[in-house]
Amino acid sequence: MSNDIRYLTPINIDIKKEKYCRFKKSGIKFIDYKDANFLLKLVNEQGKILPRRITGTSAKYQKRVNKAIKRARHLAILPYVGDMLK
Amino acid sequence: MNSYETVFILTPVLSDEQAKEAVQKFEGEITAKGGKIKHSESWGLRKMAYPIQKKSTGFYYLVEFQAEGNVVADYELMMKRDERVLRFLTVKMDADHLAYADKRRAKAGATA
Repeated sequence: MSNDIRYLTPINIDIKKEKYCRFKKSGIKFIDYKDANFLLKLVNEQGKILPRRITGTSAKYQKRVNKAIKRARHLAILPYVGDMLK
Repeated sequence: MNSYETVFILTPVLSDEQAKEAVQKFEGEITAKGGKIKHSESWGLRKMAYPIQKKSTGFYYLVEFQAEGNVVADYELMMKRDERVLRFLTVKMDADHLAYADKRRAKAGATA
């Protein structure tokens, strides 16, 4: 008789999914500030820029993302403050 | 000569001819000072993400051009003084941006 604890269902151990930079992976060099649909992937529902910790973007491209989003906001392509963007 | 790209928004109260005339005026400013228009396109009347000068829509235009740096200052001053322009943004294009713009134009040409 073993003393191991037995579970009816295997416990869910979180396997950390490796994050990656989508720009490095797919070779996107320039982030277009005119493309609202693409930039929407990088902001939350309120139009705030998502942090690197969540998107996994590398520092180099996060800087470019920030610039692109801020340019888009200036041109009213993206809102400064939004609600229910997604 | 450097490459630049400008996006500007005209008020929606203009008629098509008035808008065209304004665009020609701005392009004339560049060509008169030795610049070269590479590409220009109209995105038509678009809804803006937030109201500017109490207007919720605007005519968007995109102009790609090559010019000396001092031309851009005059060009922007002209836009600033023009009441028909709600917003404008001029960006200097680097190599990646130029490559992207070429690809984008080729794509637009293929579908049109």
